[in-house]
Amino acid sequence: MSSNTVSGPTADAAVDIRDLDVVFTTDGGDVHAVDHVSLQVAPGEVLAIVGESGSGKTVTARTILGLLPETATAQGAVVLRGTDVLTASPARLQQLRGADAAMVFQEPSTALNPVYTVGWQIAEGLRAHGGVGKAEARTRAIDILRRVGIPEPEKRIDYYPHQFSGGQKQRVIIAMALVLDPAVIVADEPTTALDVTVQAEILDLLRRCRDEFGTAIVLITHNMGVVADLADRVMVMYRGETVETAPVRELFANPQADYTKTLLAAVPKLEIVDRAQPEPGEPLVRAKDLVIEYPGRLGRRGFTAVDGVSFDLGPGEVLGLVGESGSGKTTIGRAIAGLTKVTGGSLDVLGVEMNGMRERDFRPHRKDIGFVFQDPATSFNPLLTIAQCVAEPLIVHGVARDANAARGRVDELMEAVQLPRAYGDRFPHELSGGQRQRASLARALALDPKLLIADEPTSALDVSVQARVLELFAELQERFGFASLFITHDLAVVDQLAHRVVVLHHGKVAEQGRAAEVLGSPQDPYTRRLLASLPVPDPVRQAERREERRATMAAGADPDAEAASA
Amino acid sequence: MSENVTSNPRSLGAVWRRLPVVHQLRQSVGLQRGMLVAGLVITGIFLLTAIFAPLLAPYSFNQLRDDAGRFSPQEPPSAKHLLGTTVGGFDVLSRVIWGSQTALLVIVFAVLLSIFAGILLGLVSGYLGGWVDRVLVVIADAVYAFPTLLLAIVAAIVITGGESDLLGGVLAASISITVVFVPQYFRVIRAEAVRVKSEAFVESAKVVGARAPRIMFRHVLRNSTRTLPLIFTLNSSEAILTLAGLGFLGFGIEPTQAAEWGYDLNKSLSDVTAGIWWTSVFPGLAIVLVVLGITLIGESLNDLADPRLRARRRRRGSTAADAAAAAAPATIETEGAR
Repeated sequence: MSSNTVSGPTADAAVDIRDLDVVFTTDGGDVHAVDHVSLQVAPGEVLAIVGESGSGKTVTARTILGLLPETATAQGAVVLRGTDVLTASPARLQQLRGADAAMVFQEPSTALNPVYTVGWQIAEGLRAHGGVGKAEARTRAIDILRRVGIPEPEKRIDYYPHQFSGGQKQRVIIAMALVLDPAVIVADEPTTALDVTVQAEILDLLRRCRDEFGTAIVLITHNMGVVADLADRVMVMYRGETVETAPVRELFANPQADYTKTLLAAVPKLEIVDRAQPEPGEPLVRAKDLVIEYPGRLGRRGFTAVDGVSFDLGPGEVLGLVGESGSGKTTIGRAIAGLTKVTGGSLDVLGVEMNGMRERDFRPHRKDIGFVFQDPATSFNPLLTIAQCVAEPLIVHGVARDANAARGRVDELMEAVQLPRAYGDRFPHELSGGQRQRASLARALALDPKLLIADEPTSALDVSVQARVLELFAELQERFGFASLFITHDLAVVDQLAHRVVVLHHGKVAEQGRAAEVLGSPQDPYTRRLLASLPVPDPVRQAERREERRATMAAGADPDAEAASA
Repeated sequence: MSENVTSNPRSLGAVWRRLPVVHQLRQSVGLQRGMLVAGLVITGIFLLTAIFAPLLAPYSFNQLRDDAGRFSPQEPPSAKHLLGTTVGGFDVLSRVIWGSQTALLVIVFAVLLSIFAGILLGLVSGYLGGWVDRVLVVIADAVYAFPTLLLAIVAAIVITGGESDLLGGVLAASISITVVFVPQYFRVIRAEAVRVKSEAFVESAKVVGARAPRIMFRHVLRNSTRTLPLIFTLNSSEAILTLAGLGFLGFGIEPTQAAEWGYDLNKSLSDVTAGIWWTSVFPGLAIVLVVLGITLIGESLNDLADPRLRARRRRRGSTAADAAAAAAPATIETEGAR
């Protein structure tokens, strides 16, 4: 670890933000996004800006590159190599961008232009700043690709973005950021869209950027594990204001502000509790050699999302379905709810065989299944009130005639999920993400289902909100005793809820068993790698784990970390 | 979809503020507001003129004489005939005023006929997909390939058999416009339905066990109609132009049956070279103004619907505390941090 001694205003700071104040003009009036924030980043330092959504962390970091929308008015000063970005002319800004400050975006698949080769896109930055010939640009692009760890850069420089995996695309974007040797890189949630195993590698790469290139990094994230892994210094923001700034070890060991304390307490940790297993009974869901294929285009083979998966889900049991993106976990959940067709094997849901199921036969059983969707923003009809949305299952199954008749039951449900009754008259967009997810739970529980499928119900929420929703979920599960299929990519979340865990990898079961056993002493190398990649929100322990992980990797347990590409 | 409805959404005032056009009017500022208001004023005058034509017009549209005797043809504007008379001896002002009624009728018929069919077909096609969708899309594309005016002429001949009365002429224009507009509504609603059907709330309705018609009409339909006011206005202006085109080509409505601007323009062709300007300028101006007014509304609705084009009121100088207090709940919605 490098030392983190640099603090306070220094003349040689890579970025110096003084008293920054940003106001957005919106339809609903002015929004004060950043409220008199000051920060300095020294060369070779990683400053993490942490906060929940709406805390102003992204806006603060974007001002470094002068990337504010027209509706924003900024005051204060953002000094980048002696130039104030806020007052710089457009021509000067263009010079600054890329050469002095660069950006790494959240979503690698949209930050690259799909119709140009990656070599062209890297050279674009060199061309924009002039004085570089075609041949030299190519040499430098190959060189930078090698340094960010793309194998065979001479060949792959002519590849198009779709020929790279997600992690490799993020490497290419980091290469684009590094090619002009900027003083500072702004990394806006650089690993949020990536799987944990890939995330660990990208974090390693960013660490190398700092060590080898001496680049200052402003890291924006909401993930405390990522902060503990990479940052030297941390700034905590809440509603546009700085709550606390401290070196990373100090912040985690001894947080000063109350907000920081709650934020840290809310981060889910792997504790590995052996829960009492529910009474065994006739399984509600029984998958045997389940195969789900998505049809291919004409003349092409389909894509097998789920390949020979077998598991049981007993009554009153919470089964955690864990895997990275593309592992088929969501597909299984959708198949159980009858949203995706089963193409092979057998899937028995509440006594109905889903392979070749007809909607008419399954409809009566739908009242026994609840479903909670990932994104609370889109899972409600924006034109209906919350009460009308929650009443929908009651009306469809003929329990109530209309929304008014169902209001009594709806109020009960709202109370069960700890929402004030009056919220029933609000529209979905008037609720926060966590409140909407509670309402979503209320809707799923409206008909007192035997089975609840929760598809990443907390991954779109902030950590503190996530903690409360998970608590509520556990409480409701105990009270109503429904069985649940809990789909998630976050092992720490599974650890909090599940009785049993199924780990999926490329559509196959890697490992399954009691939660405490699978997470405590994983047998499968993939499960082990997954656990090792999970950053823990503790800088000291994370540094140890990083060494351990490196040792495991060196021992040759890296079969397909980046093998997804052409 | 991001209306900022404050305290009580159920109250009458809130409902009024959420209505299309009213909502946009409140939202708009600067030039966009100017355009919208200008459009609304012109269109308002047009509507009032059409409704109160019998009161406003000094004479009837087919009146050729009054108590003082026969009107002399091609008479320049005077106290008796404010905008002069046509070659056939009609009063130009009365013809222009009565013409607005015909124009309004065509808009109402054309839009009524096409909007329901278009929305229903688009909804079914977009939501159900499959072969129904493919067939309907091909038909819509084929209709697109037809020239509007030719279709209108054929429709006019079929419906009226050459003898044009008010209803026949209006229907001919409306039906031909309908044929061309149905695919437009169809396309727009279909695209929206396809988008909305993959939203989580539609899947959620499916999981609950709702049947297809309920999902289509309760969840998909109302979320697919946000661009309708825009097409509605643009189509209205096109309807007027088609009617005028028909009249100009001689397939319109007979002057004894109703007043029609395109017909009057046609009859005034020879006047232009003779220096008689009043017979052509006023009907032409009427067409231009109405189309302009409706198009202005449509264009500004389009700009206002797009958050990237929408201008916003800048309230500089308010204190930080004010803004923070006003914005606290909205902060979450505005910053897409993750």
